Amino acid sequence: MNPTDAVSLLREKFGVEPVVEGAIVNVTLPPDRWREAAAAAKSELGCRYFNWLSAVDWKTDGLDVLCRVENLDRGLVVFLRTRLPLADLRCASLVPIYRGADWMERECFDMFGVVFDGHPDLRRILLPNDWEGHPLRKDYAIDTPHAPYR
Amino acid sequence: MEVKGPVPQVPAPVWGDIKDLQEWEKYHQIRPEGDQSSNTLAALADAIHHMPGGWILVTSTEKIFNWARSSSIWPVTFGLACCAIEMMATFASRFDVERFGMVPWASPRHSDLMIVSGTVTIKMAPMLKRIYDQMPDPKWVVSMGSCANSGGPFRHGYHVVKGVDRVVPVDVYVPGCPPTPDSLMYGLLRLQDQVAEFQKSGRKPPPAPED
Repeated sequence: MNPTDAVSLLREKFGVEPVVEGAIVNVTLPPDRWREAAAAAKSELGCRYFNWLSAVDWKTDGLDVLCRVENLDRGLVVFLRTRLPLADLRCASLVPIYRGADWMERECFDMFGVVFDGHPDLRRILLPNDWEGHPLRKDYAIDTPHAPYR
Repeated sequence: MEVKGPVPQVPAPVWGDIKDLQEWEKYHQIRPEGDQSSNTLAALADAIHHMPGGWILVTSTEKIFNWARSSSIWPVTFGLACCAIEMMATFASRFDVERFGMVPWASPRHSDLMIVSGTVTIKMAPMLKRIYDQMPDPKWVVSMGSCANSGGPFRHGYHVVKGVDRVVPVDVYVPGCPPTPDSLMYGLLRLQDQVAEFQKSGRKPPPAPED
Protein backbone atom coordinates (compact mmCIF):
# COMPACT_ATOMS: atom_id res chain seq x y z
CA MET A 1 0.00 0.00 0.00
CA ASN A 2 1.79 3.14 -1.18
CA PRO A 3 0.58 6.73 -0.71
CA THR A 4 -1.11 6.82 -4.12
CA ASP A 5 -3.24 3.76 -3.33
CA ALA A 6 -4.06 5.20 0.07
CA VAL A 7 -5.17 8.46 -1.53
CA SER A 8 -7.47 6.73 -4.02
CA LEU A 9 -8.95 4.51 -1.32
CA LEU A 10 -9.63 7.39 1.02
CA ARG A 11 -11.05 9.48 -1.81
CA GLU A 12 -13.59 6.92 -2.91
CA LYS A 13 -14.51 5.89 0.64
CA PHE A 14 -14.86 9.31 2.27
CA GLY A 15 -15.15 11.74 -0.61
CA VAL A 16 -12.24 13.86 0.63
CA GLU A 17 -9.16 15.03 -1.21
CA PRO A 18 -6.00 13.87 0.67
CA VAL A 19 -2.78 15.81 0.21
CA VAL A 20 0.42 13.80 -0.10
CA GLU A 21 3.73 15.10 1.21
CA GLY A 22 6.36 12.42 0.68
CA ALA A 23 5.14 9.36 2.56
CA ILE A 24 2.62 11.39 4.57
CA VAL A 25 -1.03 11.38 3.55
CA ASN A 26 -2.89 14.33 5.03
CA VAL A 27 -6.62 13.75 5.34
CA THR A 28 -9.10 16.38 6.51
CA LEU A 29 -12.38 14.84 7.57
CA PRO A 30 -15.73 15.95 8.89
CA PRO A 31 -16.01 15.09 12.63
CA ASP A 32 -18.76 12.49 12.11
CA ARG A 33 -16.47 10.29 9.97
CA TRP A 34 -13.52 10.45 12.38
CA ARG A 35 -13.72 6.98 13.86
CA GLU A 36 -14.69 5.43 10.54
CA ALA A 37 -11.60 6.92 8.90
CA ALA A 38 -9.34 5.65 11.67
CA ALA A 39 -10.87 2.19 11.34
CA ALA A 40 -10.24 2.26 7.61
CA ALA A 41 -6.68 3.41 8.13
CA LYS A 42 -6.10 0.52 10.51
CA SER A 43 -7.83 -2.30 8.66
CA GLU A 44 -7.38 -1.33 5.02
CA LEU A 45 -4.21 0.78 4.96
CA GLY A 46 -2.50 -1.37 7.59
CA CYS A 47 -1.69 1.58 9.85
CA ARG A 48 -1.42 -0.45 13.03
CA TYR A 49 0.85 1.97 14.85
CA PHE A 50 -0.92 4.83 16.61
CA ASN A 51 1.67 7.56 16.94
CA TRP A 52 -0.03 10.47 18.65
CA LEU A 53 -3.20 12.51 18.98
CA SER A 54 -3.46 16.15 19.87
CA ALA A 55 -5.37 19.33 19.11
CA VAL A 56 -4.81 22.85 17.81
CA ASP A 57 -6.81 25.82 18.98
CA TRP A 58 -7.81 28.15 16.15
CA LYS A 59 -9.64 30.57 18.44
CA THR A 60 -13.04 31.50 16.92
CA ASP A 61 -12.65 29.07 14.01
CA GLY A 62 -12.88 26.09 16.29
CA LEU A 63 -10.43 23.43 17.27
CA ASP A 64 -8.54 20.90 15.17
CA VAL A 65 -8.06 17.37 16.44
CA LEU A 66 -5.07 15.70 14.82
CA CYS A 67 -4.00 12.10 14.83
CA ARG A 68 -1.03 10.39 13.24
CA VAL A 69 -1.15 6.67 12.47
CA GLU A 70 1.53 4.75 10.63
CA ASN A 71 2.07 1.59 8.67
CA LEU A 72 5.57 0.74 9.84
CA ASP A 73 6.08 -2.09 7.31
CA ARG A 74 5.45 0.13 4.30
CA GLY A 75 6.57 3.47 5.75
CA LEU A 76 3.11 4.92 5.13
CA VAL A 77 1.95 7.75 7.40
CA VAL A 78 -1.69 8.83 7.57
CA PHE A 79 -2.32 12.15 9.19
CA LEU A 80 -5.96 12.57 10.16
CA ARG A 81 -7.38 15.97 10.93
CA THR A 82 -10.84 17.16 11.82
CA ARG A 83 -12.26 20.55 12.71
CA LEU A 84 -14.63 20.83 15.68
CA PRO A 85 -16.82 23.91 16.07
CA LEU A 86 -16.27 25.90 19.27
CA ALA A 87 -19.89 25.45 20.30
CA ASP A 88 -19.66 21.67 20.34
CA LEU A 89 -16.26 20.26 21.26
CA ARG A 90 -17.17 16.62 20.96
CA CYS A 91 -15.29 14.05 18.96
CA ALA A 92 -15.59 10.31 18.56
CA SER A 93 -13.06 8.40 20.63
CA LEU A 94 -10.50 6.21 18.87
CA VAL A 95 -10.00 3.91 21.86
CA PRO A 96 -12.20 1.12 20.39
CA ILE A 97 -9.80 1.04 17.42
CA TYR A 98 -6.45 2.01 18.90
CA ARG A 99 -6.01 1.27 22.61
CA GLY A 100 -3.01 3.58 22.63
CA ALA A 101 -5.36 6.49 22.11
CA ASP A 102 -6.56 6.21 25.70
CA TRP A 103 -4.03 8.44 27.44
CA MET A 104 -3.60 10.70 24.42
CA GLU A 105 -7.30 11.49 24.47
CA ARG A 106 -7.25 12.01 28.20
CA GLU A 107 -4.41 14.48 27.75
CA CYS A 108 -6.28 16.20 24.94
CA PHE A 109 -9.33 16.47 27.18
CA ASP A 110 -7.14 17.76 30.02
CA MET A 111 -5.41 20.44 28.00
CA PHE A 112 -8.06 21.44 25.44
CA GLY A 113 -11.37 20.32 26.86
CA VAL A 114 -12.30 18.14 23.91
CA VAL A 115 -14.84 15.55 25.02
CA PHE A 116 -14.25 12.17 23.40
CA ASP A 117 -17.47 10.21 23.04
CA GLY A 118 -17.01 6.54 23.77
CA HIS A 119 -13.84 6.92 25.82
CA PRO A 120 -13.87 4.39 28.67
CA ASP A 121 -12.31 6.62 31.34
CA LEU A 122 -12.28 10.28 30.38
CA ARG A 123 -10.79 12.27 33.26
CA ARG A 124 -7.80 14.52 33.77
CA ILE A 125 -4.42 12.85 33.38
CA LEU A 126 -1.76 15.50 34.05
CA LEU A 127 -3.39 18.26 36.05
CA PRO A 128 -4.94 17.86 39.50
CA ASN A 129 -8.58 16.83 39.58
CA ASP A 130 -9.71 20.15 41.00
CA TRP A 131 -8.11 22.23 38.26
CA GLU A 132 -10.34 24.76 36.58
CA GLY A 133 -10.13 25.35 32.85
CA HIS A 134 -8.05 23.83 30.10
CA PRO A 135 -4.66 25.54 29.97
CA LEU A 136 -3.61 25.00 26.37
CA ARG A 137 -6.69 26.77 25.07
CA LYS A 138 -5.89 30.22 23.73
CA ASP A 139 -8.58 31.80 25.88
CA TYR A 140 -7.10 30.42 29.11
CA ALA A 141 -5.82 33.25 31.29
CA ILE A 142 -2.42 32.58 32.85
CA ASP A 143 -3.51 34.06 36.17
CA THR A 144 -6.54 31.78 36.49
CA PRO A 145 -6.77 31.02 40.20
CA HIS A 146 -5.90 27.49 41.28
CA ALA A 147 -6.66 25.46 44.36
CA PRO A 148 -4.65 26.29 47.49
CA TYR A 149 -1.40 24.49 48.05
CA ARG A 150 -2.81 22.17 50.68
CA MET B 1 9.11 35.68 77.95
CA GLU B 2 6.26 34.38 75.91
CA VAL B 3 7.05 32.23 72.93
CA LYS B 4 4.20 32.19 70.50
CA GLY B 5 3.31 29.17 68.48
CA PRO B 6 2.82 29.25 64.75
CA VAL B 7 -0.49 30.54 63.47
CA PRO B 8 -2.28 27.67 61.76
CA GLN B 9 -3.12 28.57 58.20
CA VAL B 10 -4.62 25.46 56.77
CA PRO B 11 -6.90 26.01 53.80
CA ALA B 12 -9.25 23.26 52.72
CA PRO B 13 -7.27 20.19 51.63
CA VAL B 14 -7.06 19.59 47.91
CA TRP B 15 -7.64 15.87 48.39
CA GLY B 16 -11.37 16.44 48.31
CA ASP B 17 -12.44 12.90 47.53
CA ILE B 18 -9.85 10.90 49.48
CA LYS B 19 -11.23 10.37 52.94
CA ASP B 20 -8.20 8.73 54.54
CA LEU B 21 -5.89 11.51 53.47
CA GLN B 22 -8.34 14.06 54.76
CA GLU B 23 -8.32 12.39 58.14
CA TRP B 24 -4.55 12.21 58.00
CA GLU B 25 -4.41 15.95 57.30
CA LYS B 26 -6.79 16.67 60.14
CA TYR B 27 -4.73 14.63 62.58
CA HIS B 28 -1.37 15.99 61.52
CA GLN B 29 -2.10 19.66 61.04
CA ILE B 30 -0.11 22.15 63.05
CA ARG B 31 -1.27 22.32 66.63
CA PRO B 32 -2.40 25.87 67.45
CA GLU B 33 -0.82 25.83 70.90
CA GLY B 34 2.64 25.17 69.45
CA ASP B 35 5.30 22.75 70.57
CA GLN B 36 4.88 22.58 74.33
CA SER B 37 8.20 20.97 75.16
CA SER B 38 10.25 23.60 73.43
CA ASN B 39 8.11 26.32 75.01
CA THR B 40 8.97 24.90 78.44
CA LEU B 41 12.65 24.75 77.56
CA ALA B 42 12.57 28.31 76.33
CA ALA B 43 10.88 29.47 79.54
CA LEU B 44 13.48 27.59 81.60
CA ALA B 45 16.34 29.12 79.63
CA ASP B 46 14.76 32.53 80.07
CA ALA B 47 14.50 32.04 83.84
CA ILE B 48 18.15 31.01 84.10
CA HIS B 49 19.10 33.95 81.92
CA HIS B 50 17.64 36.39 84.46
CA MET B 51 19.35 34.83 87.46
CA PRO B 52 22.56 36.60 88.53
CA GLY B 53 25.35 35.31 86.33
CA GLY B 54 22.95 32.99 84.58
CA TRP B 55 23.44 34.59 81.19
CA ILE B 56 26.92 33.11 80.98
CA LEU B 57 25.48 29.64 81.26
CA VAL B 58 22.65 30.34 78.83
CA THR B 59 24.65 32.02 76.11
CA SER B 60 27.42 29.46 76.19
CA THR B 61 24.86 26.66 76.12
CA GLU B 62 23.18 28.27 73.17
CA LYS B 63 26.50 28.56 71.42
CA ILE B 64 27.20 24.89 71.98
CA PHE B 65 23.73 23.96 70.76
CA ASN B 66 24.12 26.11 67.68
CA TRP B 67 27.55 24.70 66.97
CA ALA B 68 26.01 21.23 67.11
CA ARG B 69 23.08 22.28 64.95
CA SER B 70 25.14 24.00 62.30
CA SER B 71 27.67 21.21 62.03
CA SER B 72 25.18 18.40 61.65
CA ILE B 73 22.59 19.66 59.20
CA TRP B 74 20.92 16.69 57.61
CA PRO B 75 19.21 17.53 54.34
CA VAL B 76 16.25 15.39 53.38
CA THR B 77 16.82 13.47 50.17
CA PHE B 78 14.35 15.27 47.99
CA GLY B 79 15.01 16.11 44.36
CA LEU B 80 12.48 17.64 42.01
CA ALA B 81 14.17 18.33 38.70
CA CYS B 82 17.52 18.84 37.00
CA CYS B 83 18.86 20.80 39.99
CA ALA B 84 18.68 17.50 41.88
CA ILE B 85 21.50 16.19 39.69
CA GLU B 86 23.74 19.02 40.86
CA MET B 87 22.57 18.42 44.40
CA MET B 88 23.58 14.75 44.10
CA ALA B 89 26.95 15.86 42.77
CA THR B 90 27.29 18.10 45.81
CA PHE B 91 26.56 15.18 48.10
CA ALA B 92 28.89 12.86 46.22
CA SER B 93 32.56 12.35 46.89
CA ARG B 94 34.02 15.02 44.64
CA PHE B 95 32.44 17.97 46.46
CA ASP B 96 31.45 16.01 49.53
CA VAL B 97 29.37 18.16 51.84
CA GLU B 98 29.57 15.36 54.37
CA ARG B 99 32.74 17.00 55.65
CA PHE B 100 30.46 19.82 56.86
CA GLY B 101 28.32 17.24 58.64
CA MET B 102 25.58 17.13 56.02
CA VAL B 103 24.28 13.64 55.53
CA PRO B 104 21.53 13.27 52.94
CA TRP B 105 18.90 11.47 54.93
CA ALA B 106 16.04 9.51 53.42
CA SER B 107 13.43 10.50 55.97
CA PRO B 108 11.96 13.94 56.60
CA ARG B 109 11.40 13.02 60.25
CA HIS B 110 15.12 12.96 60.97
CA SER B 111 16.10 15.91 58.79
CA ASP B 112 16.84 19.55 59.48
CA LEU B 113 17.11 20.94 55.99
CA MET B 114 15.05 20.71 52.84
CA ILE B 115 16.86 21.62 49.63
CA VAL B 116 14.11 22.46 47.15
CA SER B 117 16.02 21.45 44.04
CA GLY B 118 13.96 22.16 40.99
CA THR B 119 10.65 23.28 39.58
CA VAL B 120 7.74 23.14 41.99
CA THR B 121 4.53 22.59 40.09
CA ILE B 122 1.17 23.47 41.57
CA LYS B 123 0.37 19.77 41.68
CA MET B 124 3.60 19.04 43.58
CA ALA B 125 3.29 21.91 46.07
CA PRO B 126 1.01 20.05 48.53
CA MET B 127 3.47 17.16 48.72
CA LEU B 128 6.35 19.56 49.28
CA LYS B 129 4.41 21.25 52.06
CA ARG B 130 3.64 17.90 53.60
CA ILE B 131 7.30 16.88 53.63
CA TYR B 132 8.15 20.22 55.20
CA ASP B 133 5.49 19.70 57.85
CA GLN B 134 6.84 16.25 58.64
CA MET B 135 10.28 17.63 59.46
CA PRO B 136 10.86 18.37 63.15
CA ASP B 137 11.66 21.87 64.37
CA PRO B 138 14.11 23.54 63.99
CA LYS B 139 14.16 23.23 60.22
CA TRP B 140 15.58 25.21 57.34
CA VAL B 141 14.89 25.46 53.64
CA VAL B 142 17.33 26.17 50.84
CA SER B 143 15.72 27.19 47.57
CA MET B 144 18.02 25.95 44.85
CA GLY B 145 17.93 27.27 41.30
CA SER B 146 15.87 29.78 39.38
CA CYS B 147 12.74 27.65 39.30
CA ALA B 148 12.52 27.26 43.04
CA ASN B 149 13.50 30.91 43.59
CA SER B 150 10.99 32.53 41.29
CA GLY B 151 9.53 30.04 38.83
CA GLY B 152 12.45 30.61 36.49
CA PRO B 153 11.81 30.08 32.78
CA PHE B 154 8.41 28.57 33.60
CA ARG B 155 7.22 31.61 35.52
CA HIS B 156 4.81 32.62 32.79
CA GLY B 157 3.41 29.13 32.41
CA TYR B 158 0.17 27.94 33.93
CA HIS B 159 1.37 25.18 36.22
CA VAL B 160 4.45 26.35 38.14
CA VAL B 161 4.54 27.87 41.61
CA LYS B 162 6.17 31.28 41.19
CA GLY B 163 8.79 30.79 43.84
CA VAL B 164 8.77 28.12 46.52
CA ASP B 165 8.62 30.85 49.19
CA ARG B 166 4.90 30.98 48.46
CA VAL B 167 4.62 27.48 49.93
CA VAL B 168 7.29 27.19 52.64
CA PRO B 169 9.54 29.82 54.29
CA VAL B 170 12.98 29.94 52.68
CA ASP B 171 16.29 30.74 54.41
CA VAL B 172 18.83 30.73 51.60
CA TYR B 173 18.25 31.30 47.90
CA VAL B 174 20.88 29.84 45.58
CA PRO B 175 20.73 31.38 42.08
CA GLY B 176 21.65 29.53 38.92
CA CYS B 177 20.04 27.33 36.31
CA PRO B 178 21.07 24.92 37.63
CA PRO B 179 23.52 26.16 40.28
CA THR B 180 26.87 24.45 40.16
CA PRO B 181 27.83 22.31 43.15
CA ASP B 182 30.14 25.14 44.18
CA SER B 183 27.21 27.56 44.31
CA LEU B 184 25.09 25.18 46.31
CA MET B 185 27.99 24.53 48.66
CA TYR B 186 28.41 28.27 49.14
CA GLY B 187 24.71 28.54 49.91
CA LEU B 188 24.97 25.71 52.43
CA LEU B 189 27.92 27.40 54.11
CA ARG B 190 25.91 30.63 54.36
CA LEU B 191 23.11 28.56 55.86
CA GLN B 192 25.55 27.23 58.44
CA ASP B 193 26.41 30.83 59.37
CA GLN B 194 22.71 31.50 59.75
CA VAL B 195 22.19 28.44 61.91
CA ALA B 196 25.09 29.50 64.12
CA GLU B 197 23.11 32.65 64.96
CA PHE B 198 19.96 30.67 65.63
CA GLN B 199 18.01 31.60 68.74
CA LYS B 200 15.57 29.62 70.85
CA SER B 201 12.89 28.70 68.38
CA GLY B 202 13.21 28.19 64.68
CA ARG B 203 9.66 29.14 64.04
CA LYS B 204 9.11 31.72 61.39
CA PRO B 205 5.85 33.32 60.33
CA PRO B 206 4.08 31.38 57.61
CA PRO B 207 4.67 32.60 54.06
CA ALA B 208 2.52 35.48 52.90
CA PRO B 209 -0.53 34.34 50.98
CA GLU B 210 -0.26 34.59 47.25
CA ASP B 211 -1.25 37.97 45.89
